[in-house]
Amino acid sequence: MTSTTTAAPAPVAKPGRGAAGRPVRGVRRKWTEHGLVFVAPFLVVYALFLIWPLVSGLGMSLTSENITGSGGEFVGLDNYAEAVRDPDVWSSLWNTVWFTVLSTVPLVVVGLVLALLAHQLRVVQWLWRLSWFAPFLLPSGVVCLLFLNMILPSDFGLADQLLAAVGLTPEIGWLTDERYAMLSIVATTVWWTVGFNFLLYLAALQAIPAHLYEAAELDGAGAWKRLLHITLPMLRRTTGLVVVLQVLASLKIFDQVYIMTGGGPDESTRPILQYVYQQGFTGYRIGYASAVSYIFFALILTVSLVQPLLSRRRAEEAAK
Amino acid sequence: MQPPLLSRRRALAGGAGALAAAGALGSLSGCAAPATAAGPGQTLLRYWHLFGGGDGVNMQGMLDDFRAGHPDIALEASTLQWGAPYYTKLGMASAGGRAPELAALHLARLAGFAPGRLLDPFDLDLLAGLGVKEEDFPPDIWRRGQSGGEQYAVPLDTHPFVLYYQTEVCEKAGLMSGGRLRPISGADDFADALRAAKKATGQPGLVTETLGPDCITPWRLFSSFYAQTGGTVLSPDGKSLALDDAKALRVLEYLARLVEEGLMVRRVDYAGSIGVFNGGKTAFHLNGEWEITTFKTTGLPFSMTRIPALFGTAATQADCHAFVLPHQKDRGGATNEAAHTLVAWMLKNSVAWARGGHVPAYLPVLDDPAYLALKPQSEYRTVIDDVALDEPAWFAGSASRLWIELGAVFSGVLTGSRSPRNALTEAKARLRTLLDTRNPLPGAAS
Repeated sequence: MTSTTTAAPAPVAKPGRGAAGRPVRGVRRKWTEHGLVFVAPFLVVYALFLIWPLVSGLGMSLTSENITGSGGEFVGLDNYAEAVRDPDVWSSLWNTVWFTVLSTVPLVVVGLVLALLAHQLRVVQWLWRLSWFAPFLLPSGVVCLLFLNMILPSDFGLADQLLAAVGLTPEIGWLTDERYAMLSIVATTVWWTVGFNFLLYLAALQAIPAHLYEAAELDGAGAWKRLLHITLPMLRRTTGLVVVLQVLASLKIFDQVYIMTGGGPDESTRPILQYVYQQGFTGYRIGYASAVSYIFFALILTVSLVQPLLSRRRAEEAAK
Repeated sequence: MQPPLLSRRRALAGGAGALAAAGALGSLSGCAAPATAAGPGQTLLRYWHLFGGGDGVNMQGMLDDFRAGHPDIALEASTLQWGAPYYTKLGMASAGGRAPELAALHLARLAGFAPGRLLDPFDLDLLAGLGVKEEDFPPDIWRRGQSGGEQYAVPLDTHPFVLYYQTEVCEKAGLMSGGRLRPISGADDFADALRAAKKATGQPGLVTETLGPDCITPWRLFSSFYAQTGGTVLSPDGKSLALDDAKALRVLEYLARLVEEGLMVRRVDYAGSIGVFNGGKTAFHLNGEWEITTFKTTGLPFSMTRIPALFGTAATQADCHAFVLPHQKDRGGATNEAAHTLVAWMLKNSVAWARGGHVPAYLPVLDDPAYLALKPQSEYRTVIDDVALDEPAWFAGSASRLWIELGAVFSGVLTGSRSPRNALTEAKARLRTLLDTRNPLPGAAS
């Protein structure tokens, strides 16, 4: 990715410049040289399925459009004004943020711990890799139905059976009690998706040059010191990446809640995306649903823009 | 994405955990009813419905019988997933004017389904020619199918909230007389009956869904008993709030007391409530009559009766399944006639439909010996004159915003997370929000 040759003109962003960056006058480049022709199919799909819906959704959020796409009128910012006053927007937004907080920490930490373990355990390493990554390959529906119908039901579910085996009979409503429902969804999500972070960490671990460890060992650093002073600092960039990806993924929570609790009990687990779905597809208010989506989009955009800035600042400070 | 196997939608479609065909058949791509070629000389008739579980089996059987008697009609039936997704699909198909010829709809949702824009009116002369007339129906239910002077829905049945009772437990608790449940008069009497049942078995006397995703039973409970006080939730035109605080509090406090005293199971979801009643140690179960198939299948000794009058009248919460004609740009001709033919045939043959627990809306069937022989289905047939449908509002009716939101609020009263007063305040706030929201799908007449 990073190698550049001066022999063949690489596709460059600024036309009218030679390979070495010097301005070239009077040369009309052939249009294929821009590489546009190669990315055209992608661009068409991108425009059709991402750019256009984004723009039309923004347009719809300014109207009273219904699900059937007929009879919407321009209402200006009314939908946004209503959304800001709507307590359900705030409560479901809070549920989304709370889920993100609860799930990101274990997903990053457990992913790291599993990667360290797999990296250390030289025997049957393929087995650890497979078994920790395998759940990630399952579709969300499969995972959620598994937890909903086999693991979490009170009484006969695996969770309660395990507790019973150690002499506890709590009869916890894992998904029906407000105190546990969100935690159960978090636990399900961790089991299901931690494999992805695990894989990113494992790749990063394998990329740490062995000579660092050799040098440290010669200097008499023990395993603990090596972890603390070599491994973790070398993983800093990966952690930044994993955290950003995880926060964005967690913010987009929908499937697990939709299948396992339907947003209940008493809407205590309903995420913002489900509220958008309810307003749009059961309340038929596509205009309003679009406005709520855009408020959420603004949040996601802020997170994805602010986080790299923060990590860059940190990196710069560390370099000083 | 697959919905849960035991979701309320599936469960309500008849039979908890019944694998409705919805999952398999609900994946219609696009929004138009697929047009396939009928055979030579045949008229194509496409029919969408949302009946799964026991209802689905009954409906399939009836459709097969219809096909056998009408070789000139190529009937194509699609079972779609019960609930909100069904109405979304139907609405979008109708908006494009490429809808199926005939569809099922919950009557209380008619106001929110744009009659005149998304639905075409029935041809009453055509129906009369097929032997189906207005006077064959309870007047209230027939009227609910009207909008702007046209008939947009023809009711097939009413499916009320009923009282299931376990005959052996009730016998043991001394609640039976002459092979039936002794009459229950008033709220205190019902609480006494529950106490007697609890004494006999050591279990709470009543089980009904109190929580779970999109749980609706708490709303049905409230709605039934509140209707008995003579109160209405909305004004008759469905445009303003009419909730009477004192009456609503009486009902909510009563329900809260039943749970606190341990006469009613506090935390149980829909499937769980079916399971508990099936366990055979619980005297009473409150639910819609559609679970009859489930309990008949398991061989539980049980019977059914109307919800007793605890707060005055014997009103009970219900909705009705009805037939509608989704909007087609060029509705008419042979296909439209075929749709009317199927509707008339279904009504006249609704004894078969009544097996699933529903009370036929077509009055001549109510006196049919074959229907009267259905036990316990015919035990509560008189309810047809006392059903309390939601007032006509765009956010009301089966699987509507109203049901789901208030179901969640009243669930809190049963589980103990909300006081009756707090639930009342919250319910009113939600109703006001819904009332303040413009109907997103206005009909031609509104």
